[in-house]
Order: sequence, then C-alpha cells, then structure tokens
Amino acid sequence: MAKRIDVSGLSAYYGSFRAIEDISMTIEPRTVTAFIGPSGCGKSTFLRTLNRMHEVTSGGRVEGKVMLDDENLYGAGIDPVAVRREVGMVFQRPNPFPTMSVFENVAAGLKLAGSYKKSELSDIVEKSLKGANLWNEVKDRLNKPGSGLSGGQQQRLCIARAIAVEPKVLLMDEPCSALDPISTLAIEDLIGELKERFTIVIVTHNMQQAARVSDRTAFFNLAAVGQPGKLIEIDDTERIFSNPSVQATEDYISGRFG
Amino acid sequence: MSNPAPVVDRAPSTLRGATLPKWSPFAFAGGSVVLAVVIGLVAGLDSKIQWGLIAGLLFLVGTYGISARVEGRRQAKDRIATGLVWVAFLIALVPLISLVWTTVARGTKVLDIYFLTHSMGIVTDNQPGGGIYHAIIGSLEQVGLATIMAAPIGVLTAVYLVEYGRGNLSRAITFFVDVMTGIPSIVAGLFILSIMLIFDMEPFGFAGSLALAILMMPVVVRSTEEMLKLVPNELREASLALGVPKWRTILKVVLPTSIGGITTGIMLAVARIAGETAPVLLLVFGNRFINNNPFEGAQQSLPLYIYQQYANSAGANAAYDRAWAASLTLIAFVMILNLVARGIARWKAPKSGR
Repeated sequence: MAKRIDVSGLSAYYGSFRAIEDISMTIEPRTVTAFIGPSGCGKSTFLRTLNRMHEVTSGGRVEGKVMLDDENLYGAGIDPVAVRREVGMVFQRPNPFPTMSVFENVAAGLKLAGSYKKSELSDIVEKSLKGANLWNEVKDRLNKPGSGLSGGQQQRLCIARAIAVEPKVLLMDEPCSALDPISTLAIEDLIGELKERFTIVIVTHNMQQAARVSDRTAFFNLAAVGQPGKLIEIDDTERIFSNPSVQATEDYISGRFG
Repeated sequence: MSNPAPVVDRAPSTLRGATLPKWSPFAFAGGSVVLAVVIGLVAGLDSKIQWGLIAGLLFLVGTYGISARVEGRRQAKDRIATGLVWVAFLIALVPLISLVWTTVARGTKVLDIYFLTHSMGIVTDNQPGGGIYHAIIGSLEQVGLATIMAAPIGVLTAVYLVEYGRGNLSRAITFFVDVMTGIPSIVAGLFILSIMLIFDMEPFGFAGSLALAILMMPVVVRSTEEMLKLVPNELREASLALGVPKWRTILKVVLPTSIGGITTGIMLAVARIAGETAPVLLLVFGNRFINNNPFEGAQQSLPLYIYQQYANSAGANAAYDRAWAASLTLIAFVMILNLVARGIARWKAPKSGR
C-alpha cells in the first residue's frame, strides 16, 4: 500500500519569497523519515509541498517535481484533493473538529471525502482508533465531543482520523511538540507500528525523537534569515547521528549551531 | 498594671497598606444619595435628575477624597475609575428601564387576546376597540420574506469574502457592503418605489420586503464575515488534508463551527428591520383590514401601525393605548427572536464535553 516519494529540484515560494530551494530526495516506502533543522529552515514548508497543502496558503507556489511512485504530484491534470487522499497529514496542534463527536471525527474523512458503505463505517472507525492506540480510552465515549479529550488523546484522534482514509503516505508536522513525555511516547510507539503500513515523514525539533523513531534523517539548514532553506544531507539516521558527512550537520546535532 | 508588651521595633510592612472595608463603596453610594436628597430638599430642587446628578458627583468626589486620605492616591484613582464605570452604567440603564417601564405600563392597558386577534376593520382610529392582528400578519410576512431573501445572499457573500475572495473584486464587495450598511431606510424605500412607479404598481407587502432585504443584507454579511473569520484555519487545513474538497470543507466544517454566531447575527438583523417604518410606509402603505397576501394589495405592519395610530387619531386616547400595546408587542417580538437566537447559539455551539 505504501508508496515511494521521489522529489527532484523542488523549490517553494510564498509570494515572491523563496522559502526552500532545489530540494531532491527519495523516501522509501514503509520507512520513517525525520526532518530536522533550525526554525524557519523550511522543513514544514517542504512537508506541505508533499501533499499540495502548501498552495492552500495564500501566495503559495511550488516548482519542481514530486513523484509518488510514478506520478508527478505537480503534473498537469493532477487533482490536489485526490493527492491529499493519498498523502495524509497530522498537524502540530491537535485539531479535532469541535462540532463532531469522537466517532464523527474519525469518520470525517470518509464521510466528507470518500465513498464508504454505511455498514463498514463503524468497523473502519474501530480499526482506525485501535490503530492509533486510542480505542480502549474512548470506546465508551464515542459519542462525546472530540474536543473533550486530553491533548495527547486529541492528537491520537487526529492520527486515527488521518489513517481512517487509508492514505499511502502519512506526513506529521511536529506531532508531539504540544504533548507531554508520556503522550509523546505513545505517539512514537504508534509511529513504529504505523510504518508497517504507511510511508511516514515526520518533522521534529526533538533530535532524540528523530533518533528514536526514524530510519532516515534529513537535515535542513538556511544560510541566513531571509535566505531560502536547503537540504544539507539525508542519510541513515544512525549515520547522521554518529558520523555525518557534512560538518554543519554535526554542529547542529551536537548543539554547536549558531 | 501589668507590664506593657515590649515594643518591638519592626519596620512597617511595605506590602500592606491601609484599606477601606469591602462595604465602603456601598456606604459611599448610600451616603451620597442621602446627602443629595437632603441638598435637593433644602435647595428646593424639583427635578429628580438634578438629585441624581448631585448624588453621582458626591459619590465620585467623596470616594476620591476619603480613599486618597486613607489608602493613598493610587487606590483612590482606582476607586474613582471603578466609580465612573458604575455611574456610566447606571446612567445608561436609565433610558432603557424607563423605556421598558413606560411601554409595559401603557401597553398592557388594551393588550389582550381580543387585541391580538382582531383588525381595525370595524373601528375608526378614534374609537376604542380594534386590534393588531392584521399588523402582526403583515410584519411576519414582510420580515419573513425579507429574511428568506437577505439571509442566504448575505451568508453566501460572506463565505465568498472569507473563503474565496482575493484581490480587487473582494475589496470592491467589502466596500459596497460598507456603503450599503449606511443606506438610510427611506432611501432603500425610495429605490424600490421608483421601480414600482416604472411598472405602475400599487403598494403591496413584498415591495416592503425587498426594501427591508436591502437593509438587512449588509448587516448579515458583516456579522457572518466576523464569525467565519473566527473559525481557526487549522480546522480548514485538517479537513483539506483529509482530501475533502474545499466546498465540502466549508459546508461541513466551517459553517457548522460558526453556525451559532451566524444565527445570532441574522436574528439581530431581523430585529433591526422589524422596527423599520419608513420603507413600509412608502411601499406597503398600511391597511385597516386583514390582508394575508403579501404579493397583492396594501398590508399593515407593526411599526407602521404604531405611527398611524399616533398620527391619524387626533389625540384620541384609545388610539394612543393601541399604539403603546402594539409597541409592547413589537418589543416582545424582537425579544423573543433574540432569545431564540441565543438558544440556537448555545445549542449549536462547539461543545467542550468535559
């Protein structure tokens, strides 16, 4: 089910400002890839170009190619809505729909976007909530509002919502930065399980987290404020954290940055 | 005599100062009212308004003076600011309470089931009897039709402005909505009247609805726009990232999240146009008889009824009573609408669930 992402020569703009420049990388299916780098270096922007969410921001514009298996996401005639069904996303702050119950939140993607059979809906919701390790905590309150859960539960609810539509790739934009260590651990365990089924890309500021959850790590940096962010290197996580090939990576990882 | 307690030489606390007791503002208020009454009686001032002003002034000056002596100037300034807010609040309450009181006191005289269920068909304006049934029917139909036209157009315009609008077109729309907000109601009435004259039409209820819709639309657009802007962008992005098309995101996520506020805005706009007299006078004309059909023939409406009872009755008390009773009905109508709006807003508001 999972698909390979192959990016080449990708630049993204906000209006006339170039936020990231000439990025190329390959992300293998069923792996976890972590993006690390200082604030403002374009990690999140790059992540959002992978499911065409970048262009939702006003003035957002992308150049270059993103191949999902053998289809260019920015090719002619590609429907961004269809892209987002294949490439799901989890955001930094948990954002369950406030008007919907736990059940409706998980079912939202199917109900609003996809085709589904009514009889299958509750099975899918249960499966997704189990997949997000949330089922046991919410099975008795499926009809309560999703915003009544704790922060960590809300974030797992958002993950359940994202995987309910069976995407091929799951993008996570600092999914743990608003959570306590225990919820973070729960989500990291979950990432380990989800990579059996999805290709996962995660942006994180927490280098231990990158080291713990990812197979490959990409380091982004920018020359100066106002300059576009660039991919410095991407390599196996072990190598990045033990023996990176670029000095800047080592400086950043060992805290000698800036 | 036992030994006096040893005097401990301790520096006075810099954190604790003298404070007036909690009840002191009430004491000041009570004291100044009493003083104002005494001054008023002694000086022979007849006007209760003068008494009130003296009381307010005494309260502010007294509070400042005493507090400055006991607590220091900073606390005195704090108290005078609090006092000013309270005095302003009370002054603002005066006309409101007076209005409600007068309307209730005078309006209940003839307000009964008979009054609500009969028209003016068999009585002249200076006779007692008669009722406002025809005016209620007219008001409900005209305002209802205006709402049916203005609310969807207003909400959709706001959705366009917030969710889709970019560049010059949306700036132009915003500008014209602002201009429309400032249109005097009589001008909206004249606009429709000029069209009616072109086609040589007689006054009828729906013409009034059209003018009311013109007045209502910009209010709905403005309030809905503000409500839609309050919906966090994260919710839109969450929905889009699930592969939900934009129009369904707006329909299923953005609008439900803000439906409470939008309803409140529409209800307030309805309340605003329900009291409009000028366009109704021009376009609906007024009618002594019951006319259930808003598309043909002159109708009555509550504000117009109130005006005509006052203007045409040559000082007959019966007509004044009817005018007040109709005013009370109109206020009650608007009040009920507001309560309904609040109910809907609370019922539909995003729930915290804790």
